[in-house]
Amino acid sequence: MSTKKWIGLVLVALALLALPLVLTTVGTAWVRITNLAILFIFLALGLNIVVGMAGLLDLGYIAFFAVGAYVYALLSSPHFGLHLPFWLILPIGALCAGMAGAILGAPTLRLRGDYLAIVTLGFGEIVRIFLNNLSQPFNITNGPKGITRIDGLNIAGMDFVNTHTLFGIPFTGPAKYYYVLLILLLLVIVVNLRLQKSRIGRAWVAIREDELAAKAAGINTRNMKLLAFAMGATFGGIAGGMFSAMQGFVSPESFILHESILVLSMVVLGGMGNVWGVLAGAMLLSFVPEFLRYTVEPVQHMLFGQLLIDPEVLRMLIFGGALVLTMRFRPAGLWPESRHKLEMNEAK
Amino acid sequence: MEIFLQQIINGLTAGSVYALVALGYTMVYGIIQLINFAHGEVVMIGGMVALTVITALVGMGLPLPPIVLVLAGILAAIPICMGIGFFLERAAYRPLRHAPRLAPLITAIGMSIVLQQVALLIWGRDPKAFPQIMENKSFIIAGASITSVQIAIILMSVLIMATLTWFVYRTRFGIAIRATAENVNVAALMGVDANRTIAATFVIGAALAAVAGVMYGTYYGITHYTMGFMLGLKAFSAAVLGGIGNLAGAMLGGILLGLVEALGAGYIGEFTDLCRWPLLDGLLVERCANGGHVVLFGSNYQDVFAFMVLILVLVFRPSGLLGERVSERA
Repeated sequence: MSTKKWIGLVLVALALLALPLVLTTVGTAWVRITNLAILFIFLALGLNIVVGMAGLLDLGYIAFFAVGAYVYALLSSPHFGLHLPFWLILPIGALCAGMAGAILGAPTLRLRGDYLAIVTLGFGEIVRIFLNNLSQPFNITNGPKGITRIDGLNIAGMDFVNTHTLFGIPFTGPAKYYYVLLILLLLVIVVNLRLQKSRIGRAWVAIREDELAAKAAGINTRNMKLLAFAMGATFGGIAGGMFSAMQGFVSPESFILHESILVLSMVVLGGMGNVWGVLAGAMLLSFVPEFLRYTVEPVQHMLFGQLLIDPEVLRMLIFGGALVLTMRFRPAGLWPESRHKLEMNEAK
Repeated sequence: MEIFLQQIINGLTAGSVYALVALGYTMVYGIIQLINFAHGEVVMIGGMVALTVITALVGMGLPLPPIVLVLAGILAAIPICMGIGFFLERAAYRPLRHAPRLAPLITAIGMSIVLQQVALLIWGRDPKAFPQIMENKSFIIAGASITSVQIAIILMSVLIMATLTWFVYRTRFGIAIRATAENVNVAALMGVDANRTIAATFVIGAALAAVAGVMYGTYYGITHYTMGFMLGLKAFSAAVLGGIGNLAGAMLGGILLGLVEALGAGYIGEFTDLCRWPLLDGLLVERCANGGHVVLFGSNYQDVFAFMVLILVLVFRPSGLLGERVSERA
């Protein structure tokens, strides 16, 4: 790498490190919003392994997020009186989510991709039905009321609730989460990048482009697809655990189909398979709703004197529309991976 | 026994609706191998349009017989749904017909979200109650009751399915549809206008969906902008159960799924009541005392059955009951 690139990298790193401190001065709420955005970027990169690299359409990704979140919530809250440390629960949650992915993928992955899409779609809904109803006769999930008072993170005796002052700089709770999330995000980016170039990643691309040819070339397509699916689910589980710790509260309402669609839109819009594209797409779609929240209502009040379109509806319209329009006009996404671009455009 | 018969009747009614929706999935899949995710949304819009028309007619206070009201609702819903079906094919799917498989699937899910949100804008967030237009007469057969609405739904779907079968197997256009499903290129060489045939398949499926939407609304007495999602999922499961791409399969799958669901919901509570099981009741003495129940899964898990059926079919017989093998097709 050239010196210029190094300087750029250092500047970006410094900006990222300083971001929560700057945002805190505006309001802690903004740090929380940023944290959630990072979490969704993390999710998008996890889904990118499944949809982007291996070309498997997973429409119930949020279910794995839910599994991770509930595992964390159950093992670290007064609900069962368990308070295990997070470095133990996070892997457990990831493992559970990964296993759920493998169990779900095993019967469907040997079939054509469309079946996987519909099965994952159903699975997402089923998980929600179970979360909603598993309060009877034995109270496991506490039903629609959800689980409250979940323990936050606690690293080396430093809890993530209070503000700590280090070198004269106050670090609030959300700011500390920000740094943990940033590390996790970096991790998932590195995993994505390394996978792309690895034997496994190339096998996925081969399967995505022509499964029959991949099989003929000696790739065990079923195991490879299962691996992609389980790996994506595992990342979903990790994100879910972080979500629980950050929010301190989970309920089935956080894991509806719309969230799956949101994550999918991020991957598709940015450019399936391209890590930086997905990153950009996820950032774009994370902040659009925040932007809408502050603009849609005032603008409509100004123009029509009343609220005609709810920002929430507009948000979903944008996500749905983004999926349709991206596929129609830029099937490889806004920032396409070069290889994917060739593939998605070859038919024309 | 009465419960059993009652659940059979309920299952047949719900199954008739599933079958009509499943036909739409299976026809489209048969011809262009696409799962039209937005199909459930078309059903929902059909129900919503009919509800609007019927409510308006009732509001005008004309002394119309209920059958006329329902027919007016259906006749209003059909062209609108057909229009949506045509639009979906023309604007969203046709440009992607030769794109990689993932592309139309993603478009389909996007269209489904867009249609749902548009319905939300037009009809609002709250569930809408279907006006009670006919007094729902019940007839008692061997201890189980069947309502006039149920009879109407079952008869009507049988009639529609018979007409569709005749259309597909006996008319020139039906032959064109089957030829295109078999092989688009060869059909085109034989003078079949493939684009028109594919569009027609979407439109026919949408018309069936409109009728199904009205049936669903009158049967359950309610429509909601999200109702298409679960209904679509179930109908798709029904289509897979019967063998996707196969008309008779969709009909059979729909009816079977309706029955499985009704019987499942009727008996799962009894079956998973731990107090009924000899070994377990010892552990739960206190809760089982005095005829208590510890029901693991109640009828609120009804929606899970369709999904279970889907998974089981995919594991043990991916081609469905009447279908040919599909897993090998690239």
